[in-house]
Amino acid sequence: MEVILGNLLRAGVLLSAAVVLSGACIYLSHHAHEPADYRIFRGEPSEFRTIPGVIQSVINGRGRGLIQLGLLLLIATPIARVAFSIVGFAIERDRMYVAFTLIVLAILLYSLLGSGLGTHP
Amino acid sequence: MTILDFTAVVAIVSFVAGLLGSLTGLGGGVVLVPLLTIFFHVDIRYAIGASLVSVIATSSGAAASYVKEGFSNIRIGMFLEIATTFGALLGAFLATRIPTSALAIIFGAVLLYSAYLSRKPRPQAQRSLPPDPLATRLRMNGSFPDLEGPRSYNVQHVPTGFSLMFGAGALSGLLGIGSGAVKVLAMDQAMQIPFKVSTTTSNFMIGVTAAASAGVYLSRGYVDPGLAMPVMLGVLAGSLLGSRILVKAETKSLRLVFSVVILVLGLQMLYQGFWGKI
Repeated sequence: MEVILGNLLRAGVLLSAAVVLSGACIYLSHHAHEPADYRIFRGEPSEFRTIPGVIQSVINGRGRGLIQLGLLLLIATPIARVAFSIVGFAIERDRMYVAFTLIVLAILLYSLLGSGLGTHP
Repeated sequence: MTILDFTAVVAIVSFVAGLLGSLTGLGGGVVLVPLLTIFFHVDIRYAIGASLVSVIATSSGAAASYVKEGFSNIRIGMFLEIATTFGALLGAFLATRIPTSALAIIFGAVLLYSAYLSRKPRPQAQRSLPPDPLATRLRMNGSFPDLEGPRSYNVQHVPTGFSLMFGAGALSGLLGIGSGAVKVLAMDQAMQIPFKVSTTTSNFMIGVTAAASAGVYLSRGYVDPGLAMPVMLGVLAGSLLGSRILVKAETKSLRLVFSVVILVLGLQMLYQGFWGKI
């Protein structure tokens, strides 16, 4: 079980790195010669701040949207690992740790969905 | 600097940070934010967002190999994750409210503490401590493969460790780092967990902790794709390479060099924070 979970983590990281890399190619092919400036914090536009916004910009073929999708996959990887741990503890009939893991999962999901990431831009 | 140059230089710096962080066991994220803010003049909020993402990548990438060796204790990890994720969520919300100069000062203090800790020999957990009733009820005691066969251990002071882990999570959420230094304090010193178990368990926890604050950072617009991309790819490649070429003989002098770098960056962050340059 633990070995499967470890491989799941590695696969998730490699998949997200591949998505980020392909987004990087599109992004750099369009914007390579523009000046880079991160001195002033402006905050990202909503298309890069919410899940529906990111999906929409991927459909529009935007490189940076694809990078954000890869980063979302990366964030989802440890969350998936926690979710699968619930199954692992349930097989061992360890109710206490099923409850602990559910608490952790609830906090993670609140962070992802409760902070406005899931809402429409 | 054009975007192409910027991306290439940041990717190389992140690669070196990831490589050194993995070879010395001090983590690469802790030097990235000061490097980006001091040398690349990146706003500290963008730097924290990018660093946080790279922390998830290295932790999840490394956890796969640790799990196979049988060192990490999933129960200790999951129980303490209640504290770290809750703390991380709080830290991320705090980060959006406090001024950037305060962030720089806290960051500087954490860097100085990490540099100090990396020069101190790690305390060896005492052998054969009596089992603690709370740790026993939480089924935390375990064993791990040692040179002379499996060695068992009894976890101590669970409430102290749990509260320290809340602090570690809050710092991680506030600064976008793995905060390994505080985790060492909680698991090695307070809970008396053997070195190998605490290192691998904390590595497995770091990704989950960072994921708890990443959602907040992303939705607040702190994660810029153009910056996070070279940082994440660079650190990931560096740390994967580092875990393959772990040469024991050279890590000692490497650790010294790296802790001096951390010290200097810490002083810089304090200076710039106090003089309002960040």
